[in-house]
Amino acid sequence: MAHGPAKGIRRWLYTTNHKDIGSLYLWFSFAMFILGGAFAMIIRAELFQPGMQLVDPEFFNQMTTMHGLVMVFGAIMPAFVGLANWMIPMMIGAPDMALPRMNNLSFWLLPPAFLMLAATLFTEGGAPQAGWTFYAPLSTTYANPLTATIFIFAVHTMGASSIMGSINIIATILNMRAPGMSYMKMPLFVWTWLITAFLLVAVMPVLAGAVTMMLMDIHGGTSFFDAAGGGDPVLFQHVFWFFGHPEVYIIILPAFGVISQIIPTFSRKPLFGYSSMVYATASIALLSFIVWAHHMFTVGMPLAGELFFMYATMLIAVPTGVKVFNWIATMFKGSISFETPMLFSLAFLVLFTIGGFTGVMLSIAPADFQYHDSYFVVAHFHYVMVAGAVFSMSAAVYYWLPKWTGRMYSEPLAQVHFWTSFVGFNLTFFPQHFVGLAGMPRRYSDYALQFADYNMVSSCGAFLYGVSQILFLVIVILTVKGGKKTTKEKTWEGAEGLEWTVPSPAPYHTFSTPPTVK
Amino acid sequence: MFARAKQLSVLLLGSACLWGVPALAADSAGRSAENMPIGVTPVSQTVYDIHMLMFWICVVIGVLTFGALIFSLIAYRKSKGAVAANFHESTKVEIAWTVIPFIILIGMAWPATTALIEVYDSDEAELDIKVTGSQWKWSYDYIGEGVSFISNLSTPKDQIANLAAKGENYLQEVDEPLVVPVGKKIRFLVTASDVIHSWWVPDLAVKRDAIPGFTHESWALIEQPGTYRGFCAELCGKDHAFMPIVVEAVPEAEYNDWLAQKKKEAAEIRALTSKVFTLDELMTKGKEVYTKHCSTCHMENGEGVQGAFPALKGSAMATTAEGLAGHLDIVVNGNTSKGMPAWGTSLPDVELAAVITYERNAWGNGSGDDEPDEDDIVQPIDVYNFKKGE
Ligand code: HEC
Ligand SMILES: [Cu+2]
Repeated sequence: MAHGPAKGIRRWLYTTNHKDIGSLYLWFSFAMFILGGAFAMIIRAELFQPGMQLVDPEFFNQMTTMHGLVMVFGAIMPAFVGLANWMIPMMIGAPDMALPRMNNLSFWLLPPAFLMLAATLFTEGGAPQAGWTFYAPLSTTYANPLTATIFIFAVHTMGASSIMGSINIIATILNMRAPGMSYMKMPLFVWTWLITAFLLVAVMPVLAGAVTMMLMDIHGGTSFFDAAGGGDPVLFQHVFWFFGHPEVYIIILPAFGVISQIIPTFSRKPLFGYSSMVYATASIALLSFIVWAHHMFTVGMPLAGELFFMYATMLIAVPTGVKVFNWIATMFKGSISFETPMLFSLAFLVLFTIGGFTGVMLSIAPADFQYHDSYFVVAHFHYVMVAGAVFSMSAAVYYWLPKWTGRMYSEPLAQVHFWTSFVGFNLTFFPQHFVGLAGMPRRYSDYALQFADYNMVSSCGAFLYGVSQILFLVIVILTVKGGKKTTKEKTWEGAEGLEWTVPSPAPYHTFSTPPTVK
Repeated sequence: MFARAKQLSVLLLGSACLWGVPALAADSAGRSAENMPIGVTPVSQTVYDIHMLMFWICVVIGVLTFGALIFSLIAYRKSKGAVAANFHESTKVEIAWTVIPFIILIGMAWPATTALIEVYDSDEAELDIKVTGSQWKWSYDYIGEGVSFISNLSTPKDQIANLAAKGENYLQEVDEPLVVPVGKKIRFLVTASDVIHSWWVPDLAVKRDAIPGFTHESWALIEQPGTYRGFCAELCGKDHAFMPIVVEAVPEAEYNDWLAQKKKEAAEIRALTSKVFTLDELMTKGKEVYTKHCSTCHMENGEGVQGAFPALKGSAMATTAEGLAGHLDIVVNGNTSKGMPAWGTSLPDVELAAVITYERNAWGNGSGDDEPDEDDIVQPIDVYNFKKGE
């Protein structure tokens, strides 16, 4: 049993070890983060000034589309799956994931999927250019058939990978908890992932359905989304957002989990309301199924539909508020220190809340007629996606890196990474609220002069943020290669949980005999 | 450590304040570089008020929440010797922070609901205008008046390519604006002919997705004469950023004059259908039409865009006599699912004849000698007969 990893490339190709697969996911997602980031740099460079300077509008549209697709499906989702792989078995006292071979397959589906997607850049028709939301008929009858077909197969492959990954997570959490680890004793990260995994299993097939209908419209002569053949382009949007809205919670719930681990650690005080956090997560997940059409307030739904989706969307603010208040109450009367994971978590807390505020504003349908498809929306979702998901990922990496590697990262460098990210992020996205409200639509390759100043600020911020992520890579490599050794089981004084009871670095196999949880 | 906590709090408060400032910097028409315009319709004002109400509610909640956060960060620093208490769970507190936000939300939902009902009330309009989005221009049809036209971006290509200085209304100017009367309830019937577009004029607080195969209503009652500029808000392909909207709101008398003039022009154009033109006349007119309507896709030099828009230069259809019927067909009826618009209903027969003639003779497509071949000239009457014969 106590054998180590195989040598060379075969270790990574054949591995069924949750830690290896976790690392693969994390490195893959970081590569995609850099790729998606490069696309974003091209976008921001083109938008630095009015006028077309660097690329043509078609290529610009390919960049916005690929940036969104790569970041959502290639960077953020796999990053959290990687984290789940590493941490869930260690947090619940399990020796590995429940379905280790499927685990291997679900990872190894990803590289071909993204190779296919990236390969479209080199085809005659170029990459997909209908936006990451790929509304029909722009993405079907009006798209290059080859590009669209490759894209559809890539989405199917990613979807299969996600579904397998989530089934595995559900099976692991339901069956492999150590004796005494009842549901209401599970760390919040485990809880949020359990709920996320159910969301994934529920909605990835819906996305698969949407792209299959697209495939049929392109090659099968059907007209699901083609009004000329009796179809309805808006049907696509309903199906897409029935997937797409839960998808945003799929991205943010594990981030909530991470923050709920880190804030108590550095406040040296248990989470204020554990059970209400669990219920809040579950209610957010349930609500996420009945709010999808708030992305479609301008398509001409009947009044009753608008009102329903507006009220349901506003409701989400309640459980989200519960989460934010709980985190603050956890810090209240704590004993707080400010190591890098905590800094990222605090930035998460503040910036995510700002994203939440703009979210409530967007939920107000009459006002959404002005906000919709403007840069205000771009600002809003980057506050929740970047300052939410990506910041919490950075926090998680710093938090658990010593456990993974047995080495400490450089605190000063990490704080430089934090401050440059924080400043760069806000410089990029805060002004986008302004240009959006002043009337600049999103996905514009060129813009009117009144938007010029803030776009330039935004681009400068983006370059700073981009460079800062290269620093992140350097910090991680320095840590892995030569960081100060730390063999303490508990890296952080205030940390709680089973993962902090195993040595650092965590041995290749942990909890071969299950611990007992009191 | 204290320094850091202070830094953080300054940053947080700073970003919260940033939003308050812009509201002060609006111009007389209620426009600013940072905030939503107040606009010039009753609906746009209601929407603006709701927006600001929401904004201030968020600011107040933000100040309280972030205030509590910053207080905790400063007061309970470990570096200052804070020792952690060990309390958690308090049903009372948790009920409070669930119920209070809920009540605030009801307070927000009320004005939002009444405003939405107002937005949806497009009954009893005095003027109906059909708005059609297509790649990449808007067309307007004054229903029942027999007046319709296409509105194209008029910013010169040189400005976009940074070869000329950019004008004041860069990318928000058109060749023919939508002219409407002030003080009348106007209903917009919004649709599209190819992909989805979205007709957005912030000053009117109107944003309606233009969806092929469906028509949706929206309305505006403009109270102040002026020029109101807007954009296509739904990604619609390559030139999504290059199909702006300009609405010219004028007093009613002026509007009536304009409409009469437009009707007269329409009649004149119809009369031209029976006239016979020379090659030169057709070529001059054709080049004009081509530049305005066709060059975005097929390019000025007729070479198209590889993989997207076919070259017309040297195309069999435009160079051979056998191709003529197909040429007429594709220009009149288009092939919308492949991205070629149908021009038969949006351009008058004279312009169709001119542009087809142009395409058959420009870029070396003609027979080469000075004497034009029979099949190189298309007269308006040919287009008329082609349409009738279908
Ligand atoms: C929105 C982009 C777009 C615009 C604007 C446009 N076209 Fe096209 N055009 C196309 C596409 C795409 C095709 C290919 C359609 C197909 O595959 O059947 C095409 C095909 C054609 C063809 C057939 C070429 C061949 O050799 O098969 C002709 C002729 C033509 N267009 C003329 C015009 C004229 C005249 C105008 C202006 C009045 C115009 N087009 C404006 C996109 C456009
Ligand atoms: Cu458009």
